[in-house]
Amino acid sequence: MRTIRSRLIAIGGLLALAVWQLIPTDVTQRVRDATTGRMKDTTIRRVPINLGLDLQGGIHLALEVDQSKGPVPDCADAIQRAEKVVRTRIDEFGTSEPVVQIQGRCRLIVELAGEKDPARAKGIIQRTAFLEFRITDMKNLFRDALPEIDKALQRAGVRPSGQGAAAASVTQLFGTDTGKAKGKPAKGKAAAKDTTDLNAPGPLSSLLFQGQVNGEYLVPEEQVPVAESLLARPDVQRLTPRGLELRWGTEVLSRAGRSYRTLYAVEDRPIITGEYLQDAKSTRDPLTNQSVVNFVLSRRGGRIFERETGRHVQDYMAIILDGRVQGQPPIIKSQIGQRGQIELGAKPLQDAQDLALVLKAGALPAPLTIIEERTIGPSLGQDSIRDGLHAGIVGVALVVLIMVVYYRLSGVLAVAALALYVVFTLAGLAGFGFTLTLPGLAGLVLSVGIAVDANVLIFERIREELQHGKLVRTAVDEGFKHAMSAIIDSNVSTALTAFILYLVGTGPVQGFAITLIIGIAASMITAIFVVRTFYMIWLDRRPDMATLSV
Amino acid sequence: MIRLFANANYDFIKWRRWAYGLTAAIIIPGFALFLVRGLNYSIEFTGGTLIQVQTAEPVGPDRIRSALDAAGIRDAEIQQFGAANEYVIRARIGRADAVVEGSTETTAAAVDSALGRTLGPAPQHYKILRTEAVGPKVGRELQGKAFLAIFFSFIVTLVYLAVRFEWRFGLAAVLATFHDILTTIAFIRYLDLEVSLVVVGAVLTMVGYSLNDTIIIFDRVRENLRKFRRQNLYEILNLSINETLPRSVLTHGTTMATTVALVLLAGEVLRPFALVMTFAIFTGTFSSIYIAAPLLMYIEKRWPGEDARGARALRPPGSVPLNPPPPSGSPEVRSKAAV
Repeated sequence: MRTIRSRLIAIGGLLALAVWQLIPTDVTQRVRDATTGRMKDTTIRRVPINLGLDLQGGIHLALEVDQSKGPVPDCADAIQRAEKVVRTRIDEFGTSEPVVQIQGRCRLIVELAGEKDPARAKGIIQRTAFLEFRITDMKNLFRDALPEIDKALQRAGVRPSGQGAAAASVTQLFGTDTGKAKGKPAKGKAAAKDTTDLNAPGPLSSLLFQGQVNGEYLVPEEQVPVAESLLARPDVQRLTPRGLELRWGTEVLSRAGRSYRTLYAVEDRPIITGEYLQDAKSTRDPLTNQSVVNFVLSRRGGRIFERETGRHVQDYMAIILDGRVQGQPPIIKSQIGQRGQIELGAKPLQDAQDLALVLKAGALPAPLTIIEERTIGPSLGQDSIRDGLHAGIVGVALVVLIMVVYYRLSGVLAVAALALYVVFTLAGLAGFGFTLTLPGLAGLVLSVGIAVDANVLIFERIREELQHGKLVRTAVDEGFKHAMSAIIDSNVSTALTAFILYLVGTGPVQGFAITLIIGIAASMITAIFVVRTFYMIWLDRRPDMATLSV
Repeated sequence: MIRLFANANYDFIKWRRWAYGLTAAIIIPGFALFLVRGLNYSIEFTGGTLIQVQTAEPVGPDRIRSALDAAGIRDAEIQQFGAANEYVIRARIGRADAVVEGSTETTAAAVDSALGRTLGPAPQHYKILRTEAVGPKVGRELQGKAFLAIFFSFIVTLVYLAVRFEWRFGLAAVLATFHDILTTIAFIRYLDLEVSLVVVGAVLTMVGYSLNDTIIIFDRVRENLRKFRRQNLYEILNLSINETLPRSVLTHGTTMATTVALVLLAGEVLRPFALVMTFAIFTGTFSSIYIAAPLLMYIEKRWPGEDARGARALRPPGSVPLNPPPPSGSPEVRSKAAV
């Protein structure tokens, strides 16, 4: 009895774990708003199984560095720059979880599930990277304009979002003196007066927190869509001080358990652009042990940079790639000519490598050529799911029928185990985060047919033992014992083949192999362990059973 | 209680020569065809462009062809795909006029605009459901990978079976599986199925399935070899096949039920896969009985195993063995500790 109980606990635990993996959860998806054309986050509830592109529709692209207009010496380096660039643009895609990864050495894979406009997606990916350096809003002109903007918004009937609990206007999150660098005292005073006006938190200013650098603001992650839509309003853009533009940063900072996105007010004119940049390298300064990025400009670029940096010593310079501020803007310490160095302080070398990649991406844009493209319309994906489910239901119904008619009550046990098998396999796919593809769906249906094999082997063996005149209890024991070697050897060799399929194959074939491997593991558990437990309970209830319904 | 083939006692091995003949009749013409015409590779392997369109009304492939001809895309294949108003257009690299300017991507755009001119504007009159554009380099890589996958799966199986059974069993199982690959290629050639990545996946699954089936029988052979020390291999093979016959019928029955459901219901994209899997169940079962078992016998005869069953492998059943092994319980010299 004790062994039966512990077995039931184990099965119950596994089942609970599996069901837990399959409980629908809230998934945040970025979708493009049909009317405004902007991205917005929506939350939907769904079973957390990733569907492949062929099931939910979408676009798969394989890209390589275009070598048709002259060879590119280091394609691995070029593809890394390209990856960085595509990642920067990730928010522009109309999809929730874009996949951007380097395959092998010189190939970039981009997968955009749910993307409906392939031409637009390809345009985003193949657009040449644009790098520029711009001085941030050192005079805090934007901050000073905030009260006006708030008033205008209030007149237009925009209520501050309920989240505004965190005090009112531009709040000092760090307590740093923002006027430290070069703030103009007169303007600063005017701003100070408004920020003390806690009674009227403005719709926009309640979302913004002052950052460490002049012109840097932090926006709580969950408020980013609200802030985006406010900033896009024409009245807000009209009131934004002349000569300034707002740019989102790529960094997500966490302060006191909340995460913030950075927003920068920068000058609308770059002091220099990527075309003058020749090279960038990251190193660790051996003396100070700081991570640094060294960059070299062309001679003409050096002259421009020298003039501009001379004018902006002690100002912050935002490094902007494709309209996104990369990392924290460094301060310009002195006049810089053809060669410059960005010190990242105690930050890891990885950050320096990333920044060097950004600089190089702007300097040496890697033209990408599409070597493989698959676009699957969403309706085709839905049709595939529907057809696959129909085939699955009919197939499973036939298997159930055959098993119950042939093996009677034992067949019913096997079918119950089969139900567990399907739950376990789906949970395995969800739990390990594998993607269910169309071939995977076929593999799942097929594996239902194969999954009963272990039970068939066991039942046939029990029948043989009963025929040899053994008692029911002994026959069941022997049946399981003797069938075991065949089950293990055959399943292991199939799993090995599937494993090789996974290693060597790509995309759809890998999805199929994964489903097969998870299916084999689940079928071993259910056919051997679960059915055995059912038998134990059955025999325990009817110890004097003379004939077995098998 | 339903019992199929209980206590069956067929002499399967006796029919082996007929089985070889049947196999040869399938493989040889299929391979002749394969050598002459090659396989119908999908654009994943050849490189090129595939476009699946759904039209508002069933316009027929000829109308689409004339639309493409007008746009200068001449050598494309056009095929009705599933429903009457769905078509697949394939433009392969290497066909002179099939691909616009050698680029797979511009071809897709050119097809789109050609359809738009002839059939009317896009969402109302036709809809592009799927496009695939594959460069020639990707196709070549995939071909190499498919062969690698089959090759490695053979090696791994040989090693696994050599460890778990004996190398003779492993060799017989792998050769039988190789036979299955040949018959499957012949089958694909007969039906002129399109060889896509998914079909290659089906062939590899077939490898796993066929091995699985062979191993079930070999497992019984291994057990019976220990149990019946007086029988020769011919009898033991027949006995083992007969004993596992009910299982074979049941398992292949259930698996066949699911693959046939896939063939009939799972849609056009999966149909080649499902057809190959259905055939794989036939050939896998056939080869386990008629190829793997007799091969094991030949291998035993050629390179006899420890207990010299190979020498008697081909003797007719029921005759007296020449050198009967000592019956169990006969006196043996043991070390003192074991007594």
